[in-house]
Amino acid sequence: MAHSEASVTDPATIKARFGIGQSVRRVEDARFVTGHGRYVGDIVIPFSAHAAVVRSPHAHARITGRSVEAARRSPGVLLVLTGDDVLAAGFKGFTASAMPEDLGAPKGHRTFRPILATDKVRFVGEGVALIVAETAAQAADAVALVEIDYDVLPSVTHLDDASAEGAVQVHDDCPSGNMAWVLRFGDQEATDAAFAAAPHTVSLRLENSRLSANPIEPRGSVGEYHQATGTYTLHTSSQNPHGARHEICGVLGIAETKLRVVSPDVGGGFGMKADAYPEDALVLWASRLIGRAVTWIATRSESMLTDTNGRDQVVRGELAFDDNGKILAIRAMAMQAVGGYIAPAGLVPSIFSLRFIPSVYDVKAALVMTRGIFTNTSPLGPYRGAGRPEANYLTERLLDAAAIELGLDRAEIRRRNFIAKDDFPYKTQTMFTYDSGDFRGVLDRALEIADWNGFESRRADSASRGLLRGQGLSYFIEQGGVFNDRMELRFDPGGTVSIVAGTFSHGQGHETTFAQMVAEWLGMPFEDIRFIQGDTDAVPFGRGTYAARSSMIGGSALKVAADAIIERARPMAAALMEVAVEDVNFTEGSFQVSGDPEKSMSMSAVARAFYYPRGITDKFGVGLMGAGTWSTERENFPNGCHICELEVDPETGEVVIDRYVMVDDIGVTINPMIAEGQLHGGFAQGMGQALIEHQAYDRESGQLMSGSLGDYGMPRAVLIPTLTTAFQNTPCLTNPLGVKAVGEAATIGAPPAIMSAVLDALRPLGVTHLDMPATPDRVWEAIRTAAASTEGVTS
Amino acid sequence: MKLPLTTTVNGTTRSHEVEPRQLLVQYLRDQLGLTGTHVGCDTSQCGACTVLVDGDAVKSCTMLSLQAEGRSVETIEGVAQGDQLDPVQRAFIEEHGLQCGYCTPGFIMATKYLLSRNPNPTEDEIREGIDGNLCRCTGYVNIVKAVQRAAAELASGGTR
Repeated sequence: MAHSEASVTDPATIKARFGIGQSVRRVEDARFVTGHGRYVGDIVIPFSAHAAVVRSPHAHARITGRSVEAARRSPGVLLVLTGDDVLAAGFKGFTASAMPEDLGAPKGHRTFRPILATDKVRFVGEGVALIVAETAAQAADAVALVEIDYDVLPSVTHLDDASAEGAVQVHDDCPSGNMAWVLRFGDQEATDAAFAAAPHTVSLRLENSRLSANPIEPRGSVGEYHQATGTYTLHTSSQNPHGARHEICGVLGIAETKLRVVSPDVGGGFGMKADAYPEDALVLWASRLIGRAVTWIATRSESMLTDTNGRDQVVRGELAFDDNGKILAIRAMAMQAVGGYIAPAGLVPSIFSLRFIPSVYDVKAALVMTRGIFTNTSPLGPYRGAGRPEANYLTERLLDAAAIELGLDRAEIRRRNFIAKDDFPYKTQTMFTYDSGDFRGVLDRALEIADWNGFESRRADSASRGLLRGQGLSYFIEQGGVFNDRMELRFDPGGTVSIVAGTFSHGQGHETTFAQMVAEWLGMPFEDIRFIQGDTDAVPFGRGTYAARSSMIGGSALKVAADAIIERARPMAAALMEVAVEDVNFTEGSFQVSGDPEKSMSMSAVARAFYYPRGITDKFGVGLMGAGTWSTERENFPNGCHICELEVDPETGEVVIDRYVMVDDIGVTINPMIAEGQLHGGFAQGMGQALIEHQAYDRESGQLMSGSLGDYGMPRAVLIPTLTTAFQNTPCLTNPLGVKAVGEAATIGAPPAIMSAVLDALRPLGVTHLDMPATPDRVWEAIRTAAASTEGVTS
Repeated sequence: MKLPLTTTVNGTTRSHEVEPRQLLVQYLRDQLGLTGTHVGCDTSQCGACTVLVDGDAVKSCTMLSLQAEGRSVETIEGVAQGDQLDPVQRAFIEEHGLQCGYCTPGFIMATKYLLSRNPNPTEDEIREGIDGNLCRCTGYVNIVKAVQRAAAELASGGTR
């Protein structure tokens, strides 16, 4: 909707109303609240045909025959493709962007996922044929007519089964059974020595259940081949259009100049949409074959079966500590499911699941290892947090166990182990260098807000109502951002500016937050700033948005671009004002002349001069544009403390969160309203993991049991407690904005805090262990088992 | 085989030939081009396709288009009056009740229905009232606030 008000042009007013730190209402909202968002499913290309994918009903089977004639004859069907056609076309398959050997670790087993299964299916839902028809309904009708003969094999969907001696192999040519890779950080000798000498140790086996990202917009792809130029256009629901282009061109064997990828509005991703998928390549290939555009939009059922999932880790962790609760060493041996194939970013969760185990604590010795294990499940990929939740969950559970062993307050044991404020920069045993933080300050603030010490009276009150009350806390740390990125500013002849972003907003509000930065830095009217993203023809290069990377990497790159603009425009401003360049400075949103307060020019006015058709542009060049890049080499580490209080009904096992406090250090905050919204959403996903979410496969048949939004535990409004959020920010020292990150924080902090509280509530009954999700039946079962074993002891 | 359908959508009478198996959401999106009504699932659990039919909130994936014969359908596109947003729409913006925006039209329609039946809902009633709609981005915190704000604005005579 058009802005009816005139733009604010005074730099001081711009900064006060729209600058960094203001909760500016989002620019993008007008289209979303009126139904004018444009998602992939809304894109209609004239004469587009519609595709449906025939999917494997088996978790693991050899394909022994195919019969597609009946489908070909079905009304409206234009094309049927199978794995045989994929082989004939010579397409390579999707493969890992990085394997351990690329990072200097021992070599893993690389896989190539065909865009339709060729010889074998490796999970329920893997595509075996593509139908293209005049209408979506006709394509769906023809799916049932495709006959695939399968020689069904035993399947392994659970990590314990897949890693067992003699387990059926998901990949026959994998030299190490189902092991895709081994990763390891730390020092074995020092760790073993510390454990041997330690007066106390605790040990835990924890499961981090498999999760489905479930953005409300399912995946979708619209492919178009342009006969005249031999080029393709793909509209896809991707968080990372340039990355998708690279992956798809690799699969189809075409140059990146032949493919334009456009991500329009994307209805959530959470990491799951950061990689391309087989359907992206299939619609392009099919379009070339039929000479028309081809549209495929996933049903939710297909998404549940085929989206990359998160977590799915089993870990045994041990903590060695002294009589005061000071950590002496930490050890972890984990397995993480890889799925039927290694997803392009499939290695990422495994790496972070190890590197953040030392967390915010001064850990002098650590040995952490994980094995990637092939399973007959959909591929594993990054999902909000991507390994950081696994790492932090383990460490927090171990610290709770150690506190209980020593009879120490759970907050106190953390205090005794925090990296101190004056220890920065601090190098971890897992090769991070933390720049800043005030862990103790954040913890104390959270304890105060949550009234940690007043818990016992609330516990008594709950008990009077027959309920078990528990309190729990967690501290977490994570890395904001991975890789590098590029941002650009382009002025136009009218003197307004466009941000050309390499990042990709799909709910994070970049159209607003990046404009806030540019408005402040360049004194530009906020309302006139334009935002361009998500089109590989319009954006020279970018890496998209995931891993909480955009404020730090995108924002810092944008600052570099803004500074480049100022430097480029300064001589022009001097020439226009007829003063020496040395006398011109860009301060408080305009070019000013030292010693002559009467003279000044706005950035817009100077920019317009760069578009004069002749004259001054001969000296300064045509057009005012500037690009900047930034990289993750300058690391940053958001962190925070969560405190949870909940009640458990011992009759039903139901867990109800009563109050929840999050205190975060996210560095400098661009837009507090948006940052808080990220915490709310992140909390809901973390709470979902702790209490209800589990992407569950049947261990016998390999069938997905949580295949719909009714079967999968999606958090609904009634489950969310009142949340109290507070920021206790320490500006980051490694980037010019001082920003850290916020996107993943709450998803990482919530599971350990909630499980800490659940176990605290159940401890009086003798329950000492529980895995996520703490569903009513699991809690009830744990209570019964504990009661039975107590009875056994007394009788 | 196609059958005739006449229905009123956002105040305008529409007549089309439709397939008997066509869902209302497909009619709105594919035949009328009203793509603000979204599809997020295939089991009627997400509520992204919520519209009003004769004033009742309906998941338009649970209804055949032919069942809308002679009835009045309101979609997200019909909520604002020209450039003038509805108080519910304004409240979602003000309270940051949306992130990716995909579930938002469904939530706005569900909210309009809720407030038409219960102009002054408690927080619990709001949570119950939007329980048929799923949002994966916001944790519902600000959606609840948006509903409260909309209720307050409507109570103080805000324009619909």
